[in-house]
Amino acid sequence: MPHTVNCQIDHLSVNIQPGATILEAARSIHIQIPTLCYHSDLCVAGNCRLCMVEQVGADRLLPACATPVTEGMEILTNSQKVRHARKVMLELLMSEHRSDCTHCYKNGRCELQNLASEYLVQDGRFIDLVPFKNYTIDDLSPSIIKDDAKCIRCQRCVRTCAEIQAVSALAVAHKGAEMKISTFFDLPMAEVVCTNCGQCVTHCPTGALVEKNYIDAVWQAMDDDARHVVVQTAPAVRIALGEALGLEPGQIVTGKMVAALRRLGFDSVLDTDFSADLTIIEEGHELLQRLREVIRDKNPQVKLPMTTSCSPGWIKFLEHLYPDLLPHLSTAKSPQQMFGALAKTYYARRIGMDAKNMVSVSVMPCTAKKFEAARPEMCASGFRDVDYVLTTRELAMMIRQAGIDFLSLPDDEFDSIMGQSSGAGVIFGATGGVMEAALRTVYEVVTGREVPFDGLNIVPVRGLEQVKEAALTISSPLPEWGFLDGVTLKTCVVHGLAGAREVMKKVADGSCDYHFIEIMACPGGCLGGGGQPMPVSDHVREMRARAIYRDDAGKAIRKSHENPDVVKLYEDFLKEPLGHLSHQLLHTHYVARKRY
Amino acid sequence: MNGLRELVSALAQKHGTRRESLLPILQGIQAHEHYLSDDAMVEVARALDLSTAQVYGTATFYSFLVTRPQGRHVIRLCRTITCVMHGKNQLLKELETLLKVRVGETTADGLFTLLETNCLGQCHQGPAILIDDEPYTRLTPERIRVIVAEYQQKAALESENSGLINS
Ligand code: FES
Ligand code: FES
Repeated sequence: MPHTVNCQIDHLSVNIQPGATILEAARSIHIQIPTLCYHSDLCVAGNCRLCMVEQVGADRLLPACATPVTEGMEILTNSQKVRHARKVMLELLMSEHRSDCTHCYKNGRCELQNLASEYLVQDGRFIDLVPFKNYTIDDLSPSIIKDDAKCIRCQRCVRTCAEIQAVSALAVAHKGAEMKISTFFDLPMAEVVCTNCGQCVTHCPTGALVEKNYIDAVWQAMDDDARHVVVQTAPAVRIALGEALGLEPGQIVTGKMVAALRRLGFDSVLDTDFSADLTIIEEGHELLQRLREVIRDKNPQVKLPMTTSCSPGWIKFLEHLYPDLLPHLSTAKSPQQMFGALAKTYYARRIGMDAKNMVSVSVMPCTAKKFEAARPEMCASGFRDVDYVLTTRELAMMIRQAGIDFLSLPDDEFDSIMGQSSGAGVIFGATGGVMEAALRTVYEVVTGREVPFDGLNIVPVRGLEQVKEAALTISSPLPEWGFLDGVTLKTCVVHGLAGAREVMKKVADGSCDYHFIEIMACPGGCLGGGGQPMPVSDHVREMRARAIYRDDAGKAIRKSHENPDVVKLYEDFLKEPLGHLSHQLLHTHYVARKRY
Repeated sequence: MNGLRELVSALAQKHGTRRESLLPILQGIQAHEHYLSDDAMVEVARALDLSTAQVYGTATFYSFLVTRPQGRHVIRLCRTITCVMHGKNQLLKELETLLKVRVGETTADGLFTLLETNCLGQCHQGPAILIDDEPYTRLTPERIRVIVAEYQQKAALESENSGLINS
């Protein structure tokens, strides 16, 4: 087999590894071929036919995304024939697509619309089929809206739900002209196994799947002078928000984001990173408690491995698919919900505000957070702990609506009391981050020494590999933790629910001996969340991850238990980890849900 | 529900639990139940470790699998051009008056569901219909009346017999 293949694209020579597609070969020499059903995260479907190219000497056009290059191939991507085919394909797609672009949530950010404008698709030569179709809109989910009239049936969502998440809440149903993307019996997304992760939303090229937005509700809350509106921002928002406002991926825009939030009118601008640190304290102590009960007290009721509970998509996934394994989930709430519970209790008291006049908003990289905030048990403060959840994308829209020139904003700082964070809180946004943050704290609690990794960087749990493992042997612990002497703490880190499913199968059949597993529903962790700017790819996720670790490295405080706001919270209010108030405000329970 | 679970597990035993077993299992259920209920699809998903949406997708792809209750016998009338030219429309009219249903509906006694289908490959002897798995060709309004009557008589006889056994 030759080492490389030579071919010509638009009369330019390309030399590429065998098996590469025409699309890849073209991109390697910076020739753009339009695509719709193709996505670098997913397997090739080849159904939209937009990427058709001409092979010199052949009659039929070839789909560039699905055709491997062969030696000596001569490809034209911009011939008369190709241009004509593209336009016809677009017109055909649009004949079934409700093109009321000016009323569409995706207006200006739609791949189909962009292509239509690029190729000057004007009044079509095909009959508009939309009036003949019985399209429905499903807006019953708190997270995701599905509008079949905008669907071009490229199946990126179906492949996402199957390949990345192994959930397949969406599948292809019916055939021919009736073919559609459907849940089981076309039930509302809110009634099926959908985890609300929003990966289908970040992979949808049109407005068929979008987040349910709460922009107007938040504006309204801020317009009401009687209301004190508190906002928290998740770790992964600050490293991705810039992408939606004109920056390259991988920029840390914390200061500008805080300034923008203040300009928008939020009364207190606070940080979910603070409650991420708090999560580490509570979850870390829960892990230690479980280790004590299992290893020292041999209590068969207590379950190991313990898994993290910050990712609401992951939680709902487990509730549906493995309800028997729910006792493995840490009872610690996610940082968003810990924050919400404290905002309307501790924080309200500290600033002398009546909690009933407070509105609590969060900005999250996540659509499942909208569902999490709406869970009935999330009212620990006596009110809804988090009233509205905005995605990173929605925040970017609000910043644009407010006419703020984001890039020229001066850096600003979070408000006090619940605004400080450590580097450990920051890395929550990346896969492996919670594990790393927890180990930094747990190891130190147990031994009194810093975790034995160069510069506190626990590199084995970092990176985009689907399943990562790390082991850490504990030697000469403090007397209280004597039973852990010589114990090797085995940990596992997974991102994407397809991977989570594999690991949980092992937990179920007892074929793994982990103590602690971090699971994030989305690829890359929260930085690749369903509420993040589009487009996404491994490259984008990689750049965001680098930004997160840069942010961590630059922090004066790198360990959660050294966060002064957290220390003060325990002194003044909570008293001790896993204490009475913690249980009331910071821990939760889960419900078994039907898989089918 | 329990009977369903047993039926599905028997079918899974026979055909296996791999993805390619899905179709024969669905066919087996339909042969038994005359349609694929949501409960049945849930059982199949469980047995094959698929999502219910995936099972539903396959079930709705095939015209000969149905997800709503149907009559005991399904009449499929060819609606393709050759049969139309051979007098399909007259045949349809006859069937609709005879059975007092329109295409897509089931008779009040639950005996017949009337459907249309694409070409049955009997174009040289149209108009053609399919009753369950049985093709009937070169039909005329007169002949279809006889055929329908035969099915009705057979059903009446069966119910009489079962009545006798029961008493
Ligand atoms: S992008 Fe190649 S067929 Fe859709
Ligand atoms: S057209 Fe009716 S059988 Fe072919």
